[in-house]
Amino acid sequence: MTDTTAPATKSGVRISGAFHRLLAFSGLIALIVVFSIASPNFMQTQNVLAILQATSVNGVLAIAATLVIITGGIDLSVGTLMTFCAVITGVVLTYLGLPLPLGIVASILAGTACGLVSGTIIAKLKVPPFIATLGMMLILKGLSLVISGTKPIYFNDTPGFNQIALGSWVGTIFPAVPLPNGVLILFVVALLAAFVLGKTQLGRYTFALGSNEEAVRLSGVNIDRWKIAVYATAGGICGVAGLLIASRLNSAQPALGQGYELDAIAAVVIGGTSLSGGRGTVIGTLIGALIISVLANGLRILSVPQEWQTVVTGLIIILAVYADILRRRTL
Amino acid sequence: MLTRRTLLGAISALALLTAGGAATAQDAYDIALISKGFQHQFWQAVKAGADQAAADLGVTVTFEGPETESQVDRQMDMLAAALSRKPSAIGFAALDSQAATPLLQQAKDAGIPVIAFDSGVDSDIPLTTATTDNVAAAALAADVMAELIGGEGKVAIVAHDQTSRTGIDRVEGFSNRIKEAYPNIEVVSVQYGGGDQLQSTEITKSILLANPDLKGIFGANEGSVLGVANGKQELGSNVVIIGYDSGAAQKALIESGVIAGAITQNPVGIGYQTVQAAVSALKGETLPAIIDTGFYYYDKTNMTDPKIAAVLYD
Repeated sequence: MTDTTAPATKSGVRISGAFHRLLAFSGLIALIVVFSIASPNFMQTQNVLAILQATSVNGVLAIAATLVIITGGIDLSVGTLMTFCAVITGVVLTYLGLPLPLGIVASILAGTACGLVSGTIIAKLKVPPFIATLGMMLILKGLSLVISGTKPIYFNDTPGFNQIALGSWVGTIFPAVPLPNGVLILFVVALLAAFVLGKTQLGRYTFALGSNEEAVRLSGVNIDRWKIAVYATAGGICGVAGLLIASRLNSAQPALGQGYELDAIAAVVIGGTSLSGGRGTVIGTLIGALIISVLANGLRILSVPQEWQTVVTGLIIILAVYADILRRRTL
Repeated sequence: MLTRRTLLGAISALALLTAGGAATAQDAYDIALISKGFQHQFWQAVKAGADQAAADLGVTVTFEGPETESQVDRQMDMLAAALSRKPSAIGFAALDSQAATPLLQQAKDAGIPVIAFDSGVDSDIPLTTATTDNVAAAALAADVMAELIGGEGKVAIVAHDQTSRTGIDRVEGFSNRIKEAYPNIEVVSVQYGGGDQLQSTEITKSILLANPDLKGIFGANEGSVLGVANGKQELGSNVVIIGYDSGAAQKALIESGVIAGAITQNPVGIGYQTVQAAVSALKGETLPAIIDTGFYYYDKTNMTDPKIAAVLYD
C-alpha cells in the first residue's frame, strides 16, 4: 500500500514540478534579460555576486520551509530560529571562547533541537502547525533577546568566523570566480535537501504526509515520528542560515529575524511548491529565492523608489501563483 | 504561454518606464542614500529633506532603508545594490558600522565619496557626518529649564543609556551647561532607563520620592520622557519636564501641559545637508568633520508654527 502510494505521488511531482520549474526559470531569465538591457551595471561580476550573496540566507531558510510545506505544514519560526542559532553561536564562540568548529556544531544542533520541539508540539499535542510555529517564532525571538542581553554579540575574538559567508574557497582555486562561501553553502544545502527529498525514506514520507496523511497513517506508518523528523531537519537547516547571517554581519543581531519567514515562504511559493502540501522541489525554491533577490537588486539598480519595489514584488508573487493555478487547470 | 507573455509584458513595461526615468537624469549626479529606516515618520522627514535638496541642486537622489532598525543584513543588501549602480556619491547611516566595513571599503576603492548621516558611521571612510549637535541641543534644554524654574533649585536627568553617543552627548550637554551657567541649579540625579517607558516611569517616581523639592526633569529621548511624564502623573507631582524628539504621545502631553516642551532634531535638515555635502564633495570642496543639522525648542505655543510642524513627527 505504502509502496504504491509514495512512488505514484512522486512521479506526479516530477512531471508537474519540471513544468513549473521551467515556468519559474523562464521568469527568472526574463527578469535577468530585462534588467541587463535596462542597466549596464546589472550583469557585472560584482553585482551578480551581490545578488547571490543576498540570496544565500533567504535561500537556505526557504529550503527549510520547503520541507515543512511539502508535508502540508507551515513553519513561521524559520526567521527567529535562525537568529536564535546565531545567538547560540555567539554565546559559544564569544562568551565561552570555545573553538570555531564547536560554534558551528552548536548552531546546527540548536536548530535541530528547536525543530524537534516544534515537530513534537505539532505531532503529539496536535497543535496546528501555524499556531505551534507562531508560538515558537515568538518564544525564540524573546529567548534570543534574553540570552544576548538585547545587544549584538560580535565575533571579533574568532578571526576566521566571517570567512564562513564572506571568504571564497572557490576563489582560491579559480581566482576568476570569487564565489562567496555563503553562496557555496547555499548550493550544498540545496543539493543535500534535494537528495533527501528524492532518494531517502524521509523524503518519500515528506511527500506522502502532504498528499494524504490519513492514508499514510492507515497503512501503519508512525506518522508522528516522520513529521517530527521533517521539522527537526528544517530546524537544522535554519541553524546553517544562522551561521551564514552571523558570519556575514560578524555579529549575532538578536532583534533581527521576524518577517524573514515571509520572504522564505514567498520563495517557496514562487518556486511552485503547493501550500496545501504534497508537491514541491528544492530547485524550484532556489529559483524562487533568486527571483526575489534579482527583483530587489534590479529595481534598486534602476533607482525605482522603495515603495514601488514592494508593490512590484507583491505583483510577481501573485503572478507566479496564478501561473501555477492555470497550469493545474490545464492538467 | 499566455501567462508567460503577460508576465514578460508587465516586466518590460516596467523596465521601459524606469529606464526612461533614469535616462533624463543622465548628466546629473546620482546620489544613493541608505538610511536606518524607511516607513518611520522620522526617516520620511529625512527623505523629504533629501528630495528637496535634490530638486534645489538638480541631482537625483534615491532613499532606501530596511523595514526595522534590526535588519542589518537587509541594509547591507541595499548598500551592495547601491554600489553596483555606480552612484556619484553615497549617503549612509549605519545600523551596525562593523558589518558595513567591507562594503564601505569597496566604495572607497571605487572612488565613490561616502557621507555619513544621523548617528553616522564608526569609520574613517565617510568624508563628513550630517547630524544633530546633541551637546548643543541638550544645552538649549538646560537653558529653557533654568528659565522655567526661575534659575534655582534641584533638577534631574532621565536618559536612555550611558553607552550610545546620543545618550552620552545629551546628558553631558545638559549637565555641563547647568554647571557653567546656572550656579544656583544642581543636577541631583542622572538615571538611565534604557529608553523604556515603564522603566523610566519607575526611575522617575523614585527620584521624585527621594527629592520632594525637585523642580525639573530632563527626559533625554522619546521613551525616557514619556516615562518621566507617566511618573509625574502617577505621583500627582508638578515638576517641570523638558523632553526630546516628538511623536504623537509626547506632542499630546505637551499640548495638555504635562510636559513643558521639548527639543526636536531637524530630520528634514539632516536629509537636505547630507545631499548638499555629497554634492560639495563631488565638486572637490573640503568638508567639515561634522555638519550640524540644527535643532529647535518647541512647546504648545509654537507647535503649529510651519517651521516647527515640518520637523515634528507622530
